[in-house]
Parts: sequence; C-alpha cells; structure tokens
Amino acid sequence: MTRPLRIGTRASALALWQAHHVEGLIKALPGAPRVEIVHIKTEGDLRTDVPLWALKGKAFFTKEIDRALLASDVDLAVHSLKDLSTLIEPGLELAATLTREDPRDALLSRNGERLADLPRGADLIANTDEFTKRNLTKVGYASNPLEDGSLSAYQLHALPITSMTVKALEGFEMSRKDAERAKNMFSLGLLSWLYNRPSEGTVKFLETKFASKPDIMKANIAAFRAGWNFGETTEVFSVQYEVKPADDLAPGTYRNITGNSALSYGLIAASQLSGLPLFLGSYPITPASDILHELSKHKRFGVRTMQAEDEISGVGAALGAAFGGSLGVTTTSGPGMCLKAETVGLAVSVELPLIICDIQRAGPSTGMPTKTEQTDLLMALYGRNGESPVAVIAPSTPADCFRTAVEAARIALKYRTPVVILSDGYLANGSEPWRIPELSSLPDLRGEFSFAQGHEWPGAGEQPEFLPFKRDPQTLARPWAIPGTPGLEHRIGGIEKADGAGTISYDPDNHDLMVRLRQAKIDGIAADIGPLEVDDPDGRAKVLVLGWGSTFGSIGAAVRRIRLAGGSVAQAHLRHLSPLPANLGEVLRSYDKVLVPEINLGQLALVLRGRFLVDVISYNRVRGLPFRAAELAGVIQEVIANA
Amino acid sequence: MPEINGSAHEVNGTNGANGVNGANGAGPRPRSLTLVPVTSVKQTTKDFKSDQEVRWCPGCGDYAILAAFQAFLPELQVPRENLVIVSGIGCSSRLPYYVDSYGLHSIHGRAPAIATGLAATRPDLSIWVITGDGDALSIGGNHLIHALRRNVNIKILLFNNRIYVLTKGQYSPTSEQGKVTKSTPFGSLDTPFNPVSLALGAEASFVARTIDSDRKHLTSVLRAAADHKGAALIEIYQNCPIFNDDAFLPVTDPSTRDDRLIRLEHGQPVRFGPAGSRGLRFSRYGSLEDVDATTADESSLLVHDAHAADPSYAFALSRLDTSDFAHSPIGILRSVERPSYDDLMNEQIAVARERQGEGDLAALLAGGDTWHVS
Repeated sequence: MTRPLRIGTRASALALWQAHHVEGLIKALPGAPRVEIVHIKTEGDLRTDVPLWALKGKAFFTKEIDRALLASDVDLAVHSLKDLSTLIEPGLELAATLTREDPRDALLSRNGERLADLPRGADLIANTDEFTKRNLTKVGYASNPLEDGSLSAYQLHALPITSMTVKALEGFEMSRKDAERAKNMFSLGLLSWLYNRPSEGTVKFLETKFASKPDIMKANIAAFRAGWNFGETTEVFSVQYEVKPADDLAPGTYRNITGNSALSYGLIAASQLSGLPLFLGSYPITPASDILHELSKHKRFGVRTMQAEDEISGVGAALGAAFGGSLGVTTTSGPGMCLKAETVGLAVSVELPLIICDIQRAGPSTGMPTKTEQTDLLMALYGRNGESPVAVIAPSTPADCFRTAVEAARIALKYRTPVVILSDGYLANGSEPWRIPELSSLPDLRGEFSFAQGHEWPGAGEQPEFLPFKRDPQTLARPWAIPGTPGLEHRIGGIEKADGAGTISYDPDNHDLMVRLRQAKIDGIAADIGPLEVDDPDGRAKVLVLGWGSTFGSIGAAVRRIRLAGGSVAQAHLRHLSPLPANLGEVLRSYDKVLVPEINLGQLALVLRGRFLVDVISYNRVRGLPFRAAELAGVIQEVIANA
Repeated sequence: MPEINGSAHEVNGTNGANGVNGANGAGPRPRSLTLVPVTSVKQTTKDFKSDQEVRWCPGCGDYAILAAFQAFLPELQVPRENLVIVSGIGCSSRLPYYVDSYGLHSIHGRAPAIATGLAATRPDLSIWVITGDGDALSIGGNHLIHALRRNVNIKILLFNNRIYVLTKGQYSPTSEQGKVTKSTPFGSLDTPFNPVSLALGAEASFVARTIDSDRKHLTSVLRAAADHKGAALIEIYQNCPIFNDDAFLPVTDPSTRDDRLIRLEHGQPVRFGPAGSRGLRFSRYGSLEDVDATTADESSLLVHDAHAADPSYAFALSRLDTSDFAHSPIGILRSVERPSYDDLMNEQIAVARERQGEGDLAALLAGGDTWHVS
C-alpha cells in the first residue's frame, strides 16, 4: 500500500475547510492516493495573549507549516492567499492556485439579485444617504443594517455617495436634485478605480451621449472623476483589483457589443450582403425594443423601420415588404409572438422569407418583462395552427447574435421560409467583447437566392405558364417572383395551393403532399447547417451536457470547473433548433447520460425524447435569471457520479 | 423587372419621371402613380381578367364591382406587373384571384398592414386593398385606422354588405342595431359603425362612398382615388343576395333613391330630392340639416367642398347617413393633400444618405471604441 499524501494545515475552521476541499479534489483524480490531514499549530495560533502587531517577525500563521514541509513531515499545505508571505521559502513552491469558488464579489442590484447571492467576504458598497429612517421604514427594516451588524459577513463600505456627488458638483449651475442624479456616475467612477478600468471610454461615452447638453455632460464627467479620485485618495478599500485582459482571445480588433446591437448589425449586414433593402416592422416591447431603436438610426443603409400599431401589423408589414422583395424582419418578445403567430403561418403558407426575432422574457402572459427565460422554444417550433414548420435558430452569446442574424437571413432567403431567432433578455442586454469580423469573412448572400425572372418552368400546356409553387429540386424553395416582374403575375394566399400551379386546391392528396413538402423543405436545411460539434477533449466523457441559446456561458463555465477538478464531461450547444443537426441522434446515443439544462421546464428535452427516444436528463430552473456556473457544476457532478 | 437594391425609390423615381405624361398620350398621370411605370401597351378589360372562374353567388354585388374595376384599370396605364391587389378574408377578399396582376390573399383583417409594408418599400407599385365590413371594421379595425392615419399610398375598397357571409350570416359591425341573425336570434345589441365617419376620425385624407350597382359613379370614385396620393378609403354599398338581400334598397330603388341619395360633387351646390328641391345647411350646433332649397336663402345652402382642410364638415356630411338611410351622401366626401407615409419614409433615407453618405458596413461594425489583441 502506498504512503498517504499528507496535507499540513492549521486547525482553524477556514484552514480545515480548505484542506478538506483540496483532499476532495485529489480524491476525484483517477488513481489518487490516500490523503491524510495533519494538524499543525503555528505561532499565531499559540500566542493568543499578545496582539499580532506586537509580535516580532512575520508569517505567524505559515512558518511552522513551511518547516513541516521542508522536513517532509507533510507533503503539501493549503493556504489562503492572504496568509502567504511575499517570498516563498527556498525549497518550497507554489504548486497550484485553485479556481475561485464564485467569481462575483460585488453586488450592484436594481432588483432580483439578492444579497444572499453575494459570497461572504465580498465588498459591499452602500450609499448611506439612502439609509434614512424614512426609507428603512418603507422597506420594513426595524434597524439600520449598516449599523446593526447584520452585514458583518461582508466588507462593508458605507459611503455618503449622494452628498459627496452633490459636493463634487457644487461649482455647476444645477439644482440639488439634478446634481443628485449624477450619483450613479460617482459610483461608476469609484468602481472603475476599484477595478482599475480605463476611464477614457466612459468619458468619451458621456461626451457623445450628452453632446447636445454640455452642462449635463460636464457634470456627469465631474461626478465620474470625483468617484474615481475618492477611491484613489481614501483608504476605504483595502484592495484594488486589476482585471487582466483575457488571454484566450484570438488576435483581431475588438469592441464591446450587446446582444440586441449585435442582432441589429447582423440584420444590416444581411441586407448589405444580400443586396436587399431591410424592412423592420415592430411594436415596442421589452426586451426587444432596442433593436427597433438601433435599426431606426441607420437610414443611410436604406433601412426602413416602421413602428407598427400592434404586433400583428409589425409582422404583417414585414411580410408585405418580403412579398415586394425586401428583407422583411419583425422583432418582439413572447406576448408579441403569440399575436404574430397567424401571420407567421401565412408566411409558411405563401413561402416567403421572413425573419422573426423573439427576445424571450419570463412568461406566461406579461410575466416578468425584464427577466430572462427560454420558455418560447415550443411556441417557436409549434405555436401555429396546422402543420406549420419554420426554421428556428438561437444565438449563444451576445456577440453571437450577429452571426445568428446573418444565418437567419441566409436560411430565410435560400429556402423562402420564416426563420425564428430565439434570443432572450440575458443576451439582449448582456455585452461581451466581440472580434469585429472582416467583411470578407461574411457569407455572400447574393449567391443564396435570386428573384424569379421570365417563364422558367414551362407548364404542361402549350403556353409557357408561370408556376409559383414549382419548387427548386435541391432546396424545395418556390420561386420568389416579386411584383414588377413582367409575365410572372400570380396570386397567392393562405388557402391551400395546388402543388406547382399555386392555384386554390382542396384536393385531399394535394394537401397531404403540400403538408409534407413544407416539412421536407425545413428538414432539408439540416444538410446545409453542418453537424453538431461536441467538445469532448479527453474522449473519456460518459456524460454530455447539451444546451441551446443563452445558457452557453454558464454551461461552459460549469464544464470547465468539472474538467479543472479532473472530471470528464462533454459539451455541445445547439444553434439550430429547427431543423436539428443531422448528426444529433448519433451524438445523443454515444453518451451514457445526456444532461439538458434549460431555463424552462424541459422544452428541448421534450423534443429530443420525442425525436430520438433518448432518455435525456433535464435540469430546469425558471427563476428569470441565468444559471450559475457553480450550480450547474454541482448538477453535472451529480450526473457523472451516477453515470 | 425593377431593381430592388435598397435604392428602389431612386430607380423607380426615374420611371415615374418618364411617366408623368402617359405614354399613350392620355391626360396627366394620376397622382398616386407618379412613381409607377407607364405601360406602352394598349390595355383592355380583358388584360385584367385572370383564368380563374369567378365564384361568388349568383347576383352578388361583387360581380358588378369586379367588372367596373377591371374595366377601369386600363385607364391607369399601369403595367399589370406593377399592379398589386392585397386582400384579407371574406367574400370580397377573393377578388385578387380574378384579376391578372400580382395578388396576395392574406389573413383576416390584416390586408392594410401587409399593404403598408409593401407600399413603404415599393413606391413603383399601384396597390389596391380589397376588404369587407367584417374584415376592415371588426377584426382588422386597428390596421385600417392606422393605415389611414399614416396616409399610406394604398387604395382601400371596402365592400360593405352589412353582414358576415363567408361564415354564413352573422351580423357585422355595420349591421343595423336589432339585426336578427343566426348569432343574434333576439336581435343584435351593438350600435353600428359608420365607415365614413370612422375613416374621417382616423385622419383619412381621402374618403368616398359609392354603390355597386352604379357603375358610372363607382368608376368616377375609383378614378378620383387613383388620383389621390396617399390612403384612400372607398366604402362601396354592396348587396348580398343570399344573407342580406336588399339591404340597400332605399338608396338603389328608383322610387326612393332620389330622396335618400345625396350626390356630392366638389364645387357644386348640394341638391337632392324631387327635382333637386332639397338642400343642406348647417345648424347652430354644427350638424347639417335638410332644408327646402326652393324657399331657403341661397347663400345659406351648402356648396360641396371636398378639399376643406378641416374634416369637421366632411364628418357632418357623414353623420347624415343613419342606418335607415334617411340620407346617404355618396361621392367624395373628403380629399385633401398630405404627404404619404412611403414618400416621407423614402425622403428620410434620401436625406440621411445626402448628409451622412451611403452606409459603410465596416465602419458600422467597428463602432467607436475598439481595442486590438495581437
């Protein structure tokens, strides 16, 4: 039997937790040795009669442990970073730094996020000016939490932010009320200092945002700088964090972008790449309205935006524009999707390209408009009368909304079909660095479609006849014959059409054929979207985590945690939800267990079970919030343990 | 085929310029069609008949409207491919199938919305919306009023038969109160809409009324609508011989119609009744009253002004029409000039391009605040 691996540790509760945590990580490794915990008393533990500052020397909590290591009484030790000396004893090395349990350490809460979600020990900045007796009574607090010790678990920084802001703006010609409004800029300045963020971007943003109101602009900048300077000058913060540039970014030019901006830019790009003018019909709705706002700015790209009288009109106008040869788009959220369903069904029936952006939010009904959810998947797939198949795709990150929009346009134009983009509130408002694509790397959409011209398909009779539902044998798309094209005059509508001729038909067999053709056209897109790629680095994983949409970030972080701890798990993420990738069934069957985390009650899981008869495991939380990496890692770990 | 490349309005603007004076040497181009190409081909009614069998019930007023419409279309000198008819759901909405042009038979009530998207993007098209009283005023009421208020360059023909027909005879928003139908065996409870009053309240720039059986009048109204840039609403009294026969008898029967119908001609004194003996004048409260024109002070009697800027006058006219047809004004109640939605939208694009230049995709994507990773 091999010698056990001995971990030297102090006997304090924190030190023991750390030691046992590392013990657990080691034990999870294949072929791990036995682990023993050896308690070591340090000078800091023994000398409780004297305050630490009165002791001579340093490293009161680590010296004895270092000695034990050097004497090979123990094999390794676990320290809190704060206890480590700046110089490591010769002969010893810092072998590993564990990933942090939870990366979040500040709470800036408007609503929803609770203090209980904040890790203990994190910095808590409170504006004391708001903790008035009146406000405390309003929220039902019997005592002031800043004073009653209830926040003792945190690094509490109680600062009179409002009054400091007002003081900082004393030189400006503005009311106290207006000055108070700049307190968010003071806070931002303080946080920017705390996290060592460059201030130029913020200043530039304020200069642009308030270009027409120079007084407001100057006041905001002054408040921002005052906050920064306050952080720099005072010593209320014991630490300053530096956010290191991410080192895994590919070379290129980057910018920050939100999901809704990326989606808007993707639509403009699709318009440019296809040579079709962009038309947006939209009714304002949270969290989709920003796409309407963004697109309305870009008229010089020939973008036409219409703020419609209702959701139905928004999609109707987009379909009308598509009938006329524009790239027709409508944007909405769940409640609007319900209203648009009938028109989307018409688009399925008349087989015209149409892009429907559903920025999902918590439902049902009005639900929680500012909260995120993935609960519209089944509605996007099936939420219309009749057999009414459409293509459905979902971006996985804010920046990914750009390519998703271009891809949606490609599919819509090539297959003459409605395409639903399922974004959500989390992606829409979330932002991330985006490597700005080279224009040459974007697909040429002109090659994906063409307007019908002339009599391409002579009919059976002597006269050449235009057949508006004679399909392309490859894509099954019907010709897109736009008004203004001589000789191709035709009438189409929501009534069932004869295959080929497109005239009204109630023939039973024709209807069966048309139902199947419409489905086959959507199914056929699977050959055009590439296989689902699985990330399974060591090839030993028995468990696959399969997600779609905005859960990509949290699933990825959870999977990295498992792998860092030595576990094996595979990850795959679906962009295309209709049709599903051709190899999906094969992928699902090649793992012992498939875990499908969704911010709904198992909508993708239902589809997968129905389509592939694979008993996938659902993990569902519908809290209106994204998953947390730690939470998902726990779930994955459990599935692995039972695999 | 027109170029659809994001600058359609410019390309088509050129077409329009060529067509200001009709190629056939006819009169000036109708104002709604200034951006629509002119055909050099001599067209006849037959050119606008499709190969589809017309399937309305025998005796339906829709036949008369279709025939008048098809006979009128050659006047416009619009190439068939630049003519688009959009409809909703209902008997009238089948009309697009019978005209050999581009046609979209859409869904219930949505035709004005769909046509708005088409008109906003394709000013080179002559777009006609065919709808009925249920389609336009009930399920699609919202789209109708907003298309009118926006002044989209579409011509809306509202076939009003005061009944639901495709669903076999329920009362409609224009049915008289107390109407006994399958869904209202004890009589309907709702007060009906007056489509003309509704349109005027919705800021419509062109509102007219005509009758299916009066082809000459119907055609004259179509002509005036085509000459109006912007949204035009034409209410057409249309008889349904199956579910609501003779609904309009008081204004169509030769024995009563002259007492009831008030034929409006811009600039002409308003006269009706036996030998034009009746006239209209304003009451103290702004409504119009029926007076004996032979005895009344001539200067107090109404002379019709379809171009009056204030819609109050047209509204007062429209209120003469009660559901029992005590008086029924027909003709053009209102026709005023106002920029059309599509023109304004295209103008914004043109101005943006003039001031900022054509959009540059690379610059857009790069934005202002970037950093480099090497």
